[in-house]
Amino acid sequence: MISTSFANNKKGTIRIWSVLLWLGIWQLVAMTLGQDILLVSPLDVMIRLFDLGITGSFWLSIGYSFSRIAGGFFLATLIGVLFAIFSYRYRLVEEFLAPPMQTIKATPVASFVILTLVWIAPQNLSVFISFLMVLPIMYTNVLMGIRSTDKKLLEMAEVFRVPTYRRIRYIYLSQVLPFFRSACSVALGLGWKAGIAAEVIGLPQGSIGEMLYQAKIYLDTPDMFAWTLVIIIISVWFEKIVLTLLDRVVLKMEHL
Amino acid sequence: MKNLQIQNISKRYGDTVVFDRFSSTLHSGEVNVLFGASGSGKTTLLRLIMGLEEADEGSLSSFDNLQLSAVFQEDRLCNNLSAFSNVKLVVEPSVSTEQIRAALGAVGLGDAIRKPARELSGGMRRRVALVRALLATYDLIILDEPFKGLDDLTKNQVIAYTVEATRGKTVILVTHDMEEADLMQAKHVINLEDIR
Repeated sequence: MISTSFANNKKGTIRIWSVLLWLGIWQLVAMTLGQDILLVSPLDVMIRLFDLGITGSFWLSIGYSFSRIAGGFFLATLIGVLFAIFSYRYRLVEEFLAPPMQTIKATPVASFVILTLVWIAPQNLSVFISFLMVLPIMYTNVLMGIRSTDKKLLEMAEVFRVPTYRRIRYIYLSQVLPFFRSACSVALGLGWKAGIAAEVIGLPQGSIGEMLYQAKIYLDTPDMFAWTLVIIIISVWFEKIVLTLLDRVVLKMEHL
Repeated sequence: MKNLQIQNISKRYGDTVVFDRFSSTLHSGEVNVLFGASGSGKTTLLRLIMGLEEADEGSLSSFDNLQLSAVFQEDRLCNNLSAFSNVKLVVEPSVSTEQIRAALGAVGLGDAIRKPARELSGGMRRRVALVRALLATYDLIILDEPFKGLDDLTKNQVIAYTVEATRGKTVILVTHDMEEADLMQAKHVINLEDIR
C-alpha cells in the first residue's frame, strides 16, 4: 500500500558505475601526485580502514561519538516536538521561543562550540551541539506540519466526536509526519557533522573528533581519510536506519 | 425525539446578512429537504446546526447535545487511510468489521475496502463518506448532496440503501434534484429562497 511513507526518489540514487568512476579518478590523481601526504589513494585508505577496524579502540571511538551525537539528536527531537505542540496551542510560547530559535539558526557552529566549552565538559560537548543544531529544525518543521493540518478534517472529527487519541493518531500525525520526516532527513546529517566538528574543537578523549585531530597534527593523511570515510558511512547509515524505522511506524499507524 | 426548532437566528459576515431572524422546524424521524440556490445560506445553516459556527442572535438550543453525523459538501476523507479505516475512524467500537464490510459492499465498494482513499475515484469517495455517516451513531444526520458524482445506476442503488439505513431517523438532505428528494421519501422542504 502506498501511504504517507515516501517512495525512493530514483533520480537522486547513487549508481555503482558513478562511484567506481570517481574512485578511479581519485586513484589516478593520487598516483600522478605520488605524495601520500597530499592525497592518499583510495586503495591505501581502504587498507588503513581495515587496519583500524581490527582494533578495539576504533570501535570504542565510534561508539563514544555515535552515542553522544545520537543522544543529542533524539533529545532535540523530543523537545522540539513538545515545543512545537505547546507553540501551536499557546501563541505566547511561540513568541517566547522565537528569539532563541532564530539565534540558534543564525549562529555558526564554531561560535557555539567555543562558547559552550566554557560551561560544559568536552565529553558532553557533542551531545549539546548536536542538540542545538537539530532543535530548531525539528521545532520549525513540526510546528509547520501541525499548522498545515487540514481544518476540514478537524471539523469532521469534531462533528463525529472522534476521540482525541484517534484525532492525534489518524489526522494530526498523518499530516505532520511528512514534515517530521523531512526534518529528520536534514537534521540527522547536520547534527552528526556538527557533533564531529565540536569534537575536533573540544577534543574529548577517545572520540572520532580527537582521532581526526591527531591524524591532522601528525600529518597522517591515510588516517584522516579513513576517519572521514567512517564519518560519512555512519552518517548515511544512521539516516537510512532512522528513516526506514519511521516509514515502518507510519505504515503501522495507518492501519486502523 | 421532539421536532427541532431553529428560532430567530441571525448571521452576518461583515456587511453581508445571511440570515435575519430566520426560523424553521425540522421534523423528527423524517427526511427534511434543505433547498436553495448557491449563496442562499445552506452551508451556513448547516455549519450553525453542526456547531461549527455560532449565530449572532437567536437559538439553536434544541440541537444542543445532539449526536450528529454528516456527509459534508466535500468528502473530508483521510487520504492515507483505506476506505474501511475512514469508516472505522468515526464509528463506535461496537460496530463490527463485518458490518463495515457489508455496508461498503452494499454501495458497490466491496473491491475497494482496503484501498487508500487517495486512490479512489470521486464517486467512490462520495460513497465512503456516505457509509461513514450512516454507520456513525447519530440523532440527526446531515446529507449535503450525498449522491453528487454518482452515475444513475449507482445512484439508485445507493439511494435505496440510504433510505433503509435512515428509516425513522431525522435527516437533513441538501439537494438541487427534487427527484432525488422524492426517492429519499422526503416529506418536508425548507426553502431558503423563500426568506430572500
